[in-house]
Order: sequence, then structure tokens, then C-alpha cells
Amino acid sequence: MSLWEYANPKKFIATADAVLPFVSVLAAAALLTGLIWGFFFTPDDFRQGSTVKIIYLHVPAAMMAINAWAMMLVTSLIWLVRRHHVSALAAKAAAPVGVTFTLVALVTGAIWGQPMWGTWWAWDPRLTSFLILFLFYLGYLALWEAIENPDTAADLTSVLCLVGSVFAILSRYAVNFWNQGLHQGATLSLDKEENISDVFYIPLLFSIAGFVLLFVALVLIRTQTEIRRRRLHAIELRERMA
Amino acid sequence: MIRLFLRDLRLAIRAGGGFGLGLAFFLIVTVLVPFGVGPENATLRAIAPGILWVGALLACLLSLDRIFQLDYEDGSLDLLATAPIPLEGVVAMKAAAHWVTTGLPLTLSAPVLGLLLNLAPQAYLWLVATLAIGTPALSMIGAFGAALTVGLKRGGLLLSLLVLPLYVPTLIFGSETVRRGAEGLATETPLLLLAGITLGAMALLPFAAAAAIRINLR
Repeated sequence: MSLWEYANPKKFIATADAVLPFVSVLAAAALLTGLIWGFFFTPDDFRQGSTVKIIYLHVPAAMMAINAWAMMLVTSLIWLVRRHHVSALAAKAAAPVGVTFTLVALVTGAIWGQPMWGTWWAWDPRLTSFLILFLFYLGYLALWEAIENPDTAADLTSVLCLVGSVFAILSRYAVNFWNQGLHQGATLSLDKEENISDVFYIPLLFSIAGFVLLFVALVLIRTQTEIRRRRLHAIELRERMA
Repeated sequence: MIRLFLRDLRLAIRAGGGFGLGLAFFLIVTVLVPFGVGPENATLRAIAPGILWVGALLACLLSLDRIFQLDYEDGSLDLLATAPIPLEGVVAMKAAAHWVTTGLPLTLSAPVLGLLLNLAPQAYLWLVATLAIGTPALSMIGAFGAALTVGLKRGGLLLSLLVLPLYVPTLIFGSETVRRGAEGLATETPLLLLAGITLGAMALLPFAAAAAIRINLR
């Protein structure tokens, strides 16, 4: 049993079909728990009041926006190295989900920033690098749309994803240099002490888990759709030839 | 490879618009800015470094699709790809030719446009230095973008969408150096980072661009 078995589209669809109900139900459960707990059963922050509750959308969306790009990077590499079509299609499937999460993070951030900082938008390093990430997503999606031959499109978008990742990281640190920020530093961390009270932290964990599962479910569905669309295309071509 | 470089130079000059168009565009952008923000010298002085850098960047963008498009259409790109020189070298030479026909004239003409925008006197040196160091990166990144979109019929707009986000770090460090130079602050750090981006782009991007061309020619 190896990971590469799932590179077989048939096997991938069968496994995705088997896994999807569980992932979807878990995603819905975790999201509902996290959001309802977060919105209605946590106290207001002593300084931020009730606006603190937007954290349950803002933080998970921002995390998944970056993770989606990282996933696209990995699947693009796998496509370039091992030529598994499922991998390229998974990258294609993840991009619209990633761009949506990026937009959610930007919009919720603006809505949170207005009462807290007194402005919808500031040219803060974190905000700016997210906007740049958004532009990278747009370019990637536009390139997929523009090229007709699916293999050429997969190859070129993968190359763009690799180069784009390097430049996205460069931009991330360049904007740090360019302006000082309003945005606070990292709140959650794997290796340092958490800067958040447990009252907010536990529902936040639920909603992060919910976003992760939602992302997995959406990417699975979209990858299946892409595989089926590819098959349909092949069938149409064959009929035209016959 | 040197012949290829000279050939590209000759083509760019004879076809017209190689030198002239980018420069004229740079001039127009610079002239339009005071109309937009008002003629106060203090305002113009504050924004001059950024405007000049953005203008140079856009002027550079204008001629990017010429790098490979014509060669792709008449088939000489296929010949170059099968030629005994590495395609990476071809890409580097074409980017170099693009720089000589756009980046270099932009660099040389920037001080004149700096006068129009009332640039601080001590910033001229930094303006020319950063453009000289930074525009090769713009040409190289642009060549990568042009290689990605060479097979497309109307790739121009897409090319801008792909390339402009990649220009962000170069722009930040370039205009930051000029801004610091104008205010008399230390400029080493952004200047070194700018040079680092240029060298990194020249070292790595020919491989990515050549890969993209091979995919497009397949």
C-alpha cells in the first residue's frame, strides 16, 4: 500500500467517494461547534468587546489561504516530477478554494480593523503580503483559464507556482522591511507559549479544524469533478473521431 | 550567443519602438503624475522616488511580449531551441538584449525625469544606481513571464497579471533605496537586497523560463 496508488484516477475517485461523507460531516460539525460556541458562548474581550469574535473566521481562513498555496506547491512538484494527472488536477482544484479563503481573510480583517484600528485598510506588512498572495492566486487562475491544452496548462501553472512561491516568500519579508505594522504578531504557535486565553482558544481550535476539513472536502469534490470533466472531454473526442 | 544578442539588438532597433516606445511611455507617466496629485513641489519631492520606479517598471512591462513572441510566430524560436547552444543561454541573452533596449535607456533618462518631479538633489545618484542594478531583474523576470505566455494569442494582459506581482520585491527595495538616499539615511541594506534579487533572478530564472519555452514548443 503506497501513497502513489491514489495517482490512479479510478482509485482516487473511489477513495474520495468513501471518505467524503465522513469529512463533510466532520467539517460541518467542527465548523458549527466552533462558530456557535465562539459567537454565542464566549465572553466579550475586555478591550475589544464583541468584535473579538471575528477571530473564528479570520484566523482559520488566513491559515488555510497559505496552506492551500503550500498544498498547490507540493502537488505541482509531484506533477512535474512524477506526471500524475490527479496531482495537477488537485492543484487546479485547490486554487479557487485558496483564493476564496484569502478573500475571506482580507474582508474579515477589514471588518475587524475598522472598529479596532479606525481604518478598513492599512499598508501593514501582513495585510499587504496577503493582498500580494491574492494577486498571485489571480495570476495562477488566469493562466489555467488561458491555455487550452490541459497538459500544457498543468505544466506552465506548475512552473508558475514554483517561481511564484519563491517570490511570494520574498515579498512577505520585503514588505516587513518596507513598513512597520499595525497587525499584532503571531497569536498561535506550535513551539512558543500561546497568547490567547483558553476561553477563546478552544472554540478557535474547533473552527480551525472545521476550516481544514472543509478545505479537504472541497478539494476532494473539485478534484473528482476535474477528473470527470477530463474523462468527458476524452469521450467526446473519441466520438468525434469515430 | 553573442551573435544572438546582437541580432536581437538589431531587430529591436530596426523594428522601431524598441528604444522609443518605452522611453516615451516613461515620460508620459511621469508627466501625468503632477496633473493627478497637484503641482506642489513638496508633495512631488516626497513621491518622486516611487513614481520614477513605478514608471520605469511599467515602461519595462510594455515591451516584454516582444521578447519571444515574434520569434515564436516565425518559427525561429524552434530553431533556437534545437540549436547546439543551451536554451537557458538563449533566454539569458534575450533578457540581456531586452535590458539594453529598455532598462538601460530608462536608467539613463531617469535623472531628467527626476528634474520634472523635483527629486531631492542627493537622490539622483541612488536613482541611477538602483535602476542600473534593479532593471536587469525586471527584464529577467519579464522574460520568464513572456516565456509562460508565448503560446497564447492575446497574452499581453495575462502577462501583466503574472509579472507584476513578481516585481513587488524589486520595486520595494529599489524605491526604498532612493527614498532613503533622498532623506540622507543609510542605503546599504536595501541596495544589497536589490542586488541580491537581481543576481538570484539572473542565476535561476533562465532555467524556469527555458522550461516554460520547452513546454510551449512541445
